Amino acid sequence: MLLRDIAHSRTGDKGNISNISVIAKEDKYWSIIKKEITEEKVANHFKNIVLGDVKRFILPNIKSLNFVLSQALHGGVTQSLALDAHGKCLSSAILEMKISENY
Amino acid sequence: MNVRNHKILRIGTGAGFSGDRIEPAVELCEKGDIDYLVFECLAERTIALAQLEKLSNPNGGYDKLLEQRMVAVLPICQQKNIKIITNMGAANPLAASKKVQKVARSLGIHGLKIITIIGDDIADKIDKENCLLDVTQASISYLGDRFISANAYIGAEAIVEALAQNADVIITGRASDSSMFLAPQIYEFGWAMDDWIKLGRGTIIGHMLECAGQVTGGYFSDPGQKEVPNIAKLGFPLAEIDFEGNAVITKVKDSGGIVSEATCKEQLLYEIHDPKFYLQPDVIADFSNVMIQQVGENRVAITGGSGRARTGKLKVSVGYDDGWVGDGQISYAGLGCVERGKLAINIIKERIDLTAINCTETRGDLIGVNSIFGEDSNGYENNSEIRMRFVARCQDKFNAQRICREVEALYLNGPSGGGGVVTSFKKIIAVASTLIPKQLVDIKLKILES
Repeated sequence: MLLRDIAHSRTGDKGNISNISVIAKEDKYWSIIKKEITEEKVANHFKNIVLGDVKRFILPNIKSLNFVLSQALHGGVTQSLALDAHGKCLSSAILEMKISENY
Repeated sequence: MNVRNHKILRIGTGAGFSGDRIEPAVELCEKGDIDYLVFECLAERTIALAQLEKLSNPNGGYDKLLEQRMVAVLPICQQKNIKIITNMGAANPLAASKKVQKVARSLGIHGLKIITIIGDDIADKIDKENCLLDVTQASISYLGDRFISANAYIGAEAIVEALAQNADVIITGRASDSSMFLAPQIYEFGWAMDDWIKLGRGTIIGHMLECAGQVTGGYFSDPGQKEVPNIAKLGFPLAEIDFEGNAVITKVKDSGGIVSEATCKEQLLYEIHDPKFYLQPDVIADFSNVMIQQVGENRVAITGGSGRARTGKLKVSVGYDDGWVGDGQISYAGLGCVERGKLAINIIKERIDLTAINCTETRGDLIGVNSIFGEDSNGYENNSEIRMRFVARCQDKFNAQRICREVEALYLNGPSGGGGVVTSFKKIIAVASTLIPKQLVDIKLKILES
């Protein structure tokens, strides 16, 4: 299955840093998300886009992860020549991550 | 402090960006039973653009929709005693306040007290030799005559002071987004300016509200996955806040959209880095233990926020001239369209060399193939149509226009079947950040009456 089946997401930008939330659609998916969606996997998923490091923050109360991707936006909204200079579309990309079928 | 006898304070959002819709603000005034209406209208770059406008017009440099918004809401706000707080002053808050005064008088509203908060503009004060910019890691002075503006993100204190002076409308320049929402909470509940937990909570409520429709179902809908009812009539949010800084986020009954745990979780984490350290002028807000709970239809409780002592530093947005960009697009369709698009990009690149177009950075995209997720995107090879986009940064307008002409020339000189050329060129104002000690900013209040 895809992450999209069990989570939703929103992207924000500040300067050249993108943050992407991953929020469990239901409580029962939280442990899978926390286990599967690691910094390493997210960094690999965005390797064509993100030049800096990827940091993960865990918010257990709201069963959400927050990923902070540095040097991810070609300099940020006021510098980048990219069409989606804010990186608004990146939330849709993270939801395409594959989840092991063992669950 | 002049604490009003509220059990529950009701704050609504009138705008989440400078171009936002106006009728949801009117709807909130009419049906939201709100005490305050906050218009958040400044993005990072907006104020630098406004500074440029002010240079060409000393009476300009404030929000383009200020007059329309005031015409729409002032009569009803006066009738219902709804206070307005906004950063629509942008680069010229005093001119904005004079415009509000003029609008009020033209509507027959007299005695409206408009307080302008000035002092965020520190272009003349900032230590340009020693302040390093985050993007360039060089001092501001390195920008030379490309430097345009420096505006500090000011906090809630001055807004609280304006409320204590019985302002009906408060106009600021670069006030921090969430501070505009925090200030009425501090004022109404009499919170101390070092009650970090409450200031943290109030900041979190501000954060939930500051993007307007983004918490009521905007930037959320994904058909088949996340549904939003009546989205074309999206209502803007309001918060019902108690004296402990806990809140229920909701919207006007029968307005479009949805307030759910999912919309609130997405907005809580919007533009957040480490959730324990959300740095604001007033406080370091701590989002890490926030709880989000549906408590009714389109009603979500936000509790458990916290905070710790502020850093004493203020973020400063520095705007600077970053040259020109020329941008041209052309469509190809049918079999082989991706290959024709790639050929078009290569033609433009070769023409840049052949005709010595002076540009410092270029980018060729095939929209529908690789424009968002990068060059290695797979699975898009069967496209029935694509759009080639070529964009280049140049030092001057002349070369940016030459890029546009090269894309347009693809009609007659490029791959077969290219259509729908659109080109544009524009001056680029970039923004970088730095930090300064809070003491450097000298805030003043100016009072006008209609």
